[in-house]
Amino acid sequence: MVWGMFPCHTLGPLIPVEQRLNAIPCRFYAPKNSGCSEGKGVPDPVRTNAKMSVELDVFVGNTTIMDEEVYQFWLDGYTVNDAVKVRMEGGVLEECEASAEVLRSDTMDQYRTFQMCERLLHSPAKLANQLLFQIPPHRQAMLIERYYTFDGLFVREVLGKKLSKGTKKDLDDVSAKTGVTLKSCRRQFDNFKRVFKVVEELKGPLVENIRQHFLLSDKLARDYAAIVFFANNRFETGKKKLHYLTFQDFAFCAGQLISNWTVGALDNMVEDMDVDLEKEFLQDLKELKILITDKDLLDQHKSLVCTALRGKTKAFNEMEANFKNLSRGLVNIAAKLTNTKDVRDFFIDLVEKFIEPCRSDKWTAGDMRLYLTHYTNSAHILDTFKHQVVWDRYMGVIKSCILKMYHD
Amino acid sequence: MPGKLKAKIVAGRHLPVMDRASDLTDAFVEVKFGNTTFKTDVFPKSLNPQWNSEWFKFEVDDEDLQDEPLQITVLDHDTYSANDAIGKVYIDIDPLLSCEAATVISGWFPIYDTIHGIRGEINVLVKVDLFNDLNRFRQSSCGVKFFCTTSIPRCYRVALVHGFVEELVVNEDPEYQWIDRIRTPRASNEARQRLISLMSGELQRKIGLKVLEMGGNAVVGYLQCFDLEGESGLVVRAIGTACTLDKLTSLHTIPTLTDGCVCSPGRPVFSEDPPHPLSGPPTPLRTLPSSSPPPFSPSKPCSRQSSSSDTDLSLTPRIGKTSPPSSPSPPLSAPFLIPSQKLTEFPIFTLTCFPPGFLVHVGGVVSTRSVKLLDRIHNPDEPETRDAWWEEIRQEIKSHAKALGCHAVVGYSESTSICEEVCILSASGTAAMLNPRFMREGCLDTGGSDHRFEDASPPSCGFVHIPYDEFNMPFPAQLTYCYHCRRQKVPDVLFTTIDLPAEAEVTGKGCLIQARLCRTKKKAQGEVNATSISNLLPFMEYELHTQLMNKLKLRSMNALFGLRIQISVGENMLLGLASATGVYLSALPAPGGIQIAGKTPSDLSYDQHISTMQKRIDDTIAKNKELYNIHPPECIEEVVGSPIPDRQRSSRLFRSTSESSDELSELDLSHGKKDAFVLEIDDTDAVEDIQSLLTDAPIPAGFYSCNTEVMPGIYNWTSGLQMFTSVRVYRLSNANLTNQGLNKIFTDLCENLLKSLYFKLRSMIPCCLCHLNFTVAVPEEELIQVRGHTYLSTPLQSWSGENEEQLQFSMELCGESTISNNQPTAKPSVSSSERCSPLPEGRSRSLRSTRSLPCGAPVTVVKMTPLSFLPGTRIVKYLGIINMFFIRETTSLREEGGVSGFLHSFIAEVFAMVRAHVAALGGNALVSYSMKECVFMENPNKNQAQCLINVSGDAVIFIRESDQEAIPPLLSSRQTSSTGADGTT
Repeated sequence: MVWGMFPCHTLGPLIPVEQRLNAIPCRFYAPKNSGCSEGKGVPDPVRTNAKMSVELDVFVGNTTIMDEEVYQFWLDGYTVNDAVKVRMEGGVLEECEASAEVLRSDTMDQYRTFQMCERLLHSPAKLANQLLFQIPPHRQAMLIERYYTFDGLFVREVLGKKLSKGTKKDLDDVSAKTGVTLKSCRRQFDNFKRVFKVVEELKGPLVENIRQHFLLSDKLARDYAAIVFFANNRFETGKKKLHYLTFQDFAFCAGQLISNWTVGALDNMVEDMDVDLEKEFLQDLKELKILITDKDLLDQHKSLVCTALRGKTKAFNEMEANFKNLSRGLVNIAAKLTNTKDVRDFFIDLVEKFIEPCRSDKWTAGDMRLYLTHYTNSAHILDTFKHQVVWDRYMGVIKSCILKMYHD
Repeated sequence: MPGKLKAKIVAGRHLPVMDRASDLTDAFVEVKFGNTTFKTDVFPKSLNPQWNSEWFKFEVDDEDLQDEPLQITVLDHDTYSANDAIGKVYIDIDPLLSCEAATVISGWFPIYDTIHGIRGEINVLVKVDLFNDLNRFRQSSCGVKFFCTTSIPRCYRVALVHGFVEELVVNEDPEYQWIDRIRTPRASNEARQRLISLMSGELQRKIGLKVLEMGGNAVVGYLQCFDLEGESGLVVRAIGTACTLDKLTSLHTIPTLTDGCVCSPGRPVFSEDPPHPLSGPPTPLRTLPSSSPPPFSPSKPCSRQSSSSDTDLSLTPRIGKTSPPSSPSPPLSAPFLIPSQKLTEFPIFTLTCFPPGFLVHVGGVVSTRSVKLLDRIHNPDEPETRDAWWEEIRQEIKSHAKALGCHAVVGYSESTSICEEVCILSASGTAAMLNPRFMREGCLDTGGSDHRFEDASPPSCGFVHIPYDEFNMPFPAQLTYCYHCRRQKVPDVLFTTIDLPAEAEVTGKGCLIQARLCRTKKKAQGEVNATSISNLLPFMEYELHTQLMNKLKLRSMNALFGLRIQISVGENMLLGLASATGVYLSALPAPGGIQIAGKTPSDLSYDQHISTMQKRIDDTIAKNKELYNIHPPECIEEVVGSPIPDRQRSSRLFRSTSESSDELSELDLSHGKKDAFVLEIDDTDAVEDIQSLLTDAPIPAGFYSCNTEVMPGIYNWTSGLQMFTSVRVYRLSNANLTNQGLNKIFTDLCENLLKSLYFKLRSMIPCCLCHLNFTVAVPEEELIQVRGHTYLSTPLQSWSGENEEQLQFSMELCGESTISNNQPTAKPSVSSSERCSPLPEGRSRSLRSTRSLPCGAPVTVVKMTPLSFLPGTRIVKYLGIINMFFIRETTSLREEGGVSGFLHSFIAEVFAMVRAHVAALGGNALVSYSMKECVFMENPNKNQAQCLINVSGDAVIFIRESDQEAIPPLLSSRQTSSTGADGTT
């Protein structure tokens, strides 16, 4: 017997006990045979073996602990069980001799943390000065960036659609089509909607507003600007002919449109921000019609372009033959943009009126660049054509959009 | 009117929407202290109101200042109906009452509601103008510093240790009052929170008074506990160690500070000119203003003392009862003969970590348990029943210590476990001999009279030498000569509740050792129940002890530190959990292996079975030796059988004290005869033992764990990363389990929790889980709650972890701190941490004002750790104690994510509130953090749950060691100035 560890223990003077009425506060008095927790929202207790079950299991750190891998599972809308399964296959268990049970408990903990953080992620600025979770800044940035990251496939489906309840209801179809889980679809959709709502009421440059308000990286902020811009102008992107275009193609075009054709493009701090195309500019575009209505001008333009192109490309003959058609196509698109309906069809028109004919003539990307450059520049030499500024503003965007969109 | 409290409400943010129509809130604030209430204007239609109120001034007694919290309530103004409460903030203003702690409380506090949790934040400024009252009969004790830390706080030096202080306050629990039937849960929770806040304030004040009376100025190792005795009432009790602390200020060194204090021998760090341990001049004591002799007479009639240690052990008599000292400590003719008697008045210390030289010898663990039946507290002003219970326990502890030949108990702690009306009171500590020079003025005339310590042993092994008389050993043990000095006797195994002393020499690394035990018990009521529990207890302790012993041997270690034995009582079972950190002390003999012996002879297969088992055990031992790097130098065993005549002077000296200890024979030592190292396999218990021995999962590579503050054997830790709390509740679905079945389950639970920790922290390896402590409870029939918290450190070599950002003002701070370089011999880390100038007030104030800008500056990072220090940093200032109690309740359990979701968010909220309070005091860390209480109740059928949490710790300002080196120019300029200052002194 070592070190006096076992003392005598005393049974103190026993005191008679009064009749007691409620030993447990009545609010918490659970009848003995009421059966144990059957809460529906409560995650199923983990059966560890036949004789015991985990009723409650939490793990909290002073600095909030997060596993990036699990965060991704959560964002992707995996259930706890699915996430556990995937993690198990990923071989975490062998690394550290843990059991499935340990893995499950860890996954649940993380999921709970993310759920609690989600409220804060809805207004990321709060994340920095809230007191509930102590998260190092670089982690905060990671959380936000990943939360607002979206699937290219998913966004392609809703791009240009109205961010309304109706669209949200159709998300299960989108989910089925894209293979992105419904939960993840909803999160992404809600993100779009939230960003849309916030910037709608703000003045100043769109991208900058998004970046400041949601603390996103420049790239992601630009993508969101594109989404907002498309949703606001309701550009048609879902037609079959447009299917070959990726979100990044559209995002690029949106960037071009935002920085050149909107009100904000000229003056940063105007009342209306860069979500809408500038009305006056659209009105001015009508003047360009002269390029196709005036026969002399059209011929003159054609000869100038052909002179410049001759011998420089294999597709010269097709270019010469199609010149009038193509030019009519582009100028007509410009002239019609005052019409909201035609604005929506902007991309469809570009593809139908210009890209498809060229593609059937087997133009290369180089041909396209050459053609558009000369097409734009030649107009300057036309002495009777007075709308040089509008022309440049129009063709600058059209050129870069077409170049971006001209692929298979 | 000795105090003026001033509060200013600046702004709010992130408030909840209270008006559904406008999605906004019309918020205003009520500020209440005592019975006085002020209101701000309504700030209409905003979720981020800017009140910018005037200063609300409360003129109050300092007694109230200590007891009452400042209560801030945020409400939503409603023209037609009653105003809706958004939530509350309670601010304890105690830290402002001590001139050395914080001067202002300023910052964002989470607005807390017991039903909804945190709802927004509020920015508040609080100041106190204190007119010091020197009235002798005052009831307040402003200025006494409190520390949860169980070692001497890092920027203080101990001048004198006065001893044990305790106090206990009782009240009726509002939750059980009749009014609770008609009021809302919110009102009831708030009443409870407020009451406990008041009670702990009162308790602290009363303890402070006792300290002042003893002549001290601080309480170290302050441990406050709540006993929720249900309808019997509510008990708040606290223990601590009264000390006189001197702040270390290298710039303003006053001669008396360095020369006039009682300086410990091996502690040159503290003073430029350390007095020699033995030949130092008699030093006049410089303590608090109270220069009158301490009210407790150190010299009781010797005859009485020696004859009956348990009749006259009145611990710190209550105020008013104190009689003036009979004689102001007459110089004793031979002080070295009876040092223990001089100390019997206050022989209990809550400290676990001591200045070098403080511990002379360590005897072993002493513990006591007592089973009581609770009844209603009839008169809250007379908490005598509870007082008497604890007094009884402490007396018993002392008598045990005496039986071990020791005059003091260190590393002392108390706890309770309550189930319905049965209550187990437990106390444990480590019997020890202390160096009396820390205790008493009278002992300081060292002039060669201190024979006992003259031959005493090199510091690295002295504390393991036996304090008891080997002719009259309290229990059978094998003694050998110390492997270090070869002069004195040491036991073969040593169990203690204290931390590993810094000077101890350790071979290899340490590790966490746990013994777990579960025993069924028949359901019963009243006395029958108490008796059956009481009958079970000794067997449980015995078995825990055996388990610990075996596991220790299996790891081939020979000492346990930080031993914590916890016994929890439930309706139909008792749980026992003992955790400790095992080490191999170089001074103790190497442990023998474990042998398995079968009782039934000569059955071949049976023999085989035994030999395979033996092999497994031997293999494990060999593996563990490798793992923990234990390769002691080979020594010739020289076992000294107990009663061998010996000429050691010390032993003879001890006899004089132990002759009187006739309690020895009273100790039931019969079960001690069993040899712990031979396991007889026939016996089912032994099979169980072997099972549990071998089923302990090995700790994964790269992890180290211990339950003490520092990991024995590894010393270069960097600043810690993380503090974690984990709570688990398991439901046993089959009530008819055998003891063995239960044991297995319980062991699995603990192992699982450990495995979970390892898994979660796998990316941090190599790392150490320090201060890994488990708390078990049986909240309901068939439920087991296990709560663990730990602190993670990574070793220096492979510092890979998180890039935590620097504190916004850390650089400025170190610009002001001074490190003088002229200390003699000391580890650099220690020396620099002890010597620093306090944070200049002007600086800190300006920093705070920037922080209090609404919504502006980022949130201050606040670290929390259960350790008393942060590795790789040094603490420059203690800002005061944090002691908070929260209740959270929900009536929408499912919606909040079930029990786990509810508790998870509650714990996160508690952390957030603690951090906010630390930050508001100007601190950036909470050390000695502990979650003392976490009571969880649920009623899934009603979709309800309630949880109570009590947390405490010390708010501090720390700076990183590396920061100091980063500013050489400033440092050098300071050095010149500091040497100049030294020159003038």
